[in-house]
Amino acid sequence: MRILALIRQVLDAEETVRIRAGEVDLSASKLVVDTMDEYGVEQALRIRESGVDAEVIALAIGAERNREALRTVLAMGADCAIHVTTELALDPIALSKVAAQVAQQEKIDLIFCGGQQADWDSHALGAATAERLQWPQATWVSALEIHGQTLTGRHDAEDGSEMFSVQLPAVVTTQQGLNEPRYPTVPNIMRAKKKELRVVSMESFQVEPKLKVIGAEIQVRARLHKILDGKDASAAAAELVELLRNEARVIA
Amino acid sequence: MILMVVEHANGKLSKSTYEMATCARELGREGPVTALVLGYATATVANEVALLVDQVLVADHAELAQYDPEIWSAAVAQIASEGDANAVLIGGSRSGREYSPRVAVKLDAPLLEDVVSVVSTEGVVLAERYTYLARVTEKVTADAPVVVITLKQAAFAAATSGTQAAEQFDVELTLPQRRVQITGKSLEKSSRISLAEAEIVVAGGRGVGSAEGFRTLVEGLADVLGAAVGATRAIVDTGWRPYSEQVGQTGKTVQPKIYIAIGISGAVQHLSGMGKSKCIVAINKDADAPIFKVADYGIVGDVNQIVPAMIAAVRK
Ligand SMILES: Cc1cc2nc3c(=O)[nH]c(=O)nc-3n(C[C@H](O)[C@H](O)[C@H](O)COP(=O)(O)OP(=O)(O)OC[C@H]3O[C@@H](n4cnc5c(N)ncnc54)[C@H](O)[C@@H]3O)c2cc1C
Ligand SMILES: Nc1ncnc2c1ncn2[C@@H]1O[C@H](COP(=O)(O)O)[C@@H](O)[C@H]1O
Repeated sequence: MRILALIRQVLDAEETVRIRAGEVDLSASKLVVDTMDEYGVEQALRIRESGVDAEVIALAIGAERNREALRTVLAMGADCAIHVTTELALDPIALSKVAAQVAQQEKIDLIFCGGQQADWDSHALGAATAERLQWPQATWVSALEIHGQTLTGRHDAEDGSEMFSVQLPAVVTTQQGLNEPRYPTVPNIMRAKKKELRVVSMESFQVEPKLKVIGAEIQVRARLHKILDGKDASAAAAELVELLRNEARVIA
Repeated sequence: MILMVVEHANGKLSKSTYEMATCARELGREGPVTALVLGYATATVANEVALLVDQVLVADHAELAQYDPEIWSAAVAQIASEGDANAVLIGGSRSGREYSPRVAVKLDAPLLEDVVSVVSTEGVVLAERYTYLARVTEKVTADAPVVVITLKQAAFAAATSGTQAAEQFDVELTLPQRRVQITGKSLEKSSRISLAEAEIVVAGGRGVGSAEGFRTLVEGLADVLGAAVGATRAIVDTGWRPYSEQVGQTGKTVQPKIYIAIGISGAVQHLSGMGKSKCIVAINKDADAPIFKVADYGIVGDVNQIVPAMIAAVRK
């Protein structure tokens, strides 16, 4: 079986977002593999380690620096990586065109994709890729098992969770709870340097962005910051309740 | 036409459908606002939405009793193509966010996801959306004959119903086979008011100390305020609270009138789910906790002393 894990490189959650000239500026920021994508890599590795004859291929589409993210997942244990290079900012619908073509060329049976991107807050890449391939999808999956060609598991639904079953080939998007991604060990980081990381040019895919980002700003809501000292608990609590009732008028 | 896919549950229109109607009316694209009702036994829903739009298309079939992303996207794309839609509006619910990308691919259309505002001028659609865990507001444009838009929940005002009911038409659909079998469900049930609809949310984090601490402090305060309860991932992961109560990046997004954070540090992934609340109140013993940076009101102190005193003060 061939498993494709889609990898995105995003701003580390601890980092401050910087805006320059109406654009998010990542040039001086620490970037990491999107945690939601790590869940996918981890799950693919667990399938391989469970005795299924599987190969795990990581794919990143984007700027040069994405290669670091691919090295990280190779060090986690992926077998090889593909980097489609482009400086274009592509929206998920455009990206899915590349992902689907790579999946076809690589004869992929199962794709893992992060359930939500930490940078663009988008849920679209997995479903859009599934549509282009005419495959079914299971989204926000928090538990997964594989038996032969059948995937079963649990995923978030409208008002709770559902148990599902679907045949391969399929796209699975991840959710918290699926697993705890492993950290690369030093020997694996060394080994990863020898693994194949294939660089492919974007030109062969004929993709154009469907959206244009024309501005970005950080809107900080002005907050009152009336912070009371709680040493005298009942006086502070009474004052706070009084403020919420009569100043903010948010409680009865 | 402007096509909006009606969201409904238990025989009633969801609030998001009223929000979509506002968006459709103000979008600035041409043609009648057309509601598409997909489901089974949807007569009441169709009658309700007829008071919001110019025409109603109804597909009322047993196969549509259970939602499926492939079936929904096929139905919506078919109607959008046949009706030459220039915009397709879909709710920002879990299912809407799940099937809308498939609709966009089928129509070769741009997808504007989770927008908080959108307007079309001279054919170009300009939308605003939150990115970077809701810290940044981005403006994006799409220049295309048809666009697919999902609306962030609660970002648009609810439209008021008219008195004139629009005409209803039955539509014939060619639907694909269901490929994902749903073999079981576990519903989020709570005796409390739902997080999404609550005006007041009281939420607890690791600072409440234990599952018992959550019950006495967070549920105790929620009870006297008539509030919904929320939790951080840290305490959902320890099993003190169910995942259905989690607020944040991988949980729910809320925007209540007042959000009271008890023993919560204020990690970005948590803030992304509640940072747009109108009034934020924080109780934390650490004066440097990041939650105070976004708080309107707060007390630096031990939740075990402050919260019982607040409960007593509210009761007075
Ligand atoms: C991919 C990803 C997704 C995530 N999604 C979410 C999400 O959806 N929602 C979410 O909440 N988190 C999420 N997180 C986790 C997030 O990063 C934080 O770890 C989490 O929000 C911390 O929860 P907490 O505030 O309860 O705990 P802590 O950070 O441990 O904070 C506890 C706070 O309680 C205070 N405290 C302790 N004792 C007392 C006392 N007696 N009185 C007063 N104050 C006290 C402390 O000062 C501290 O500030 C996610 C993380 C990742 C990587
Ligand atoms: N092997 C490792 N390599 C790099 N960072 C690690 C490793 N183990 C733990 N960490 C870091 O330590 C933090 C706590 O990890 P844990 O102890 O697994 O909860 C994580 O957020 C990581 O950033």
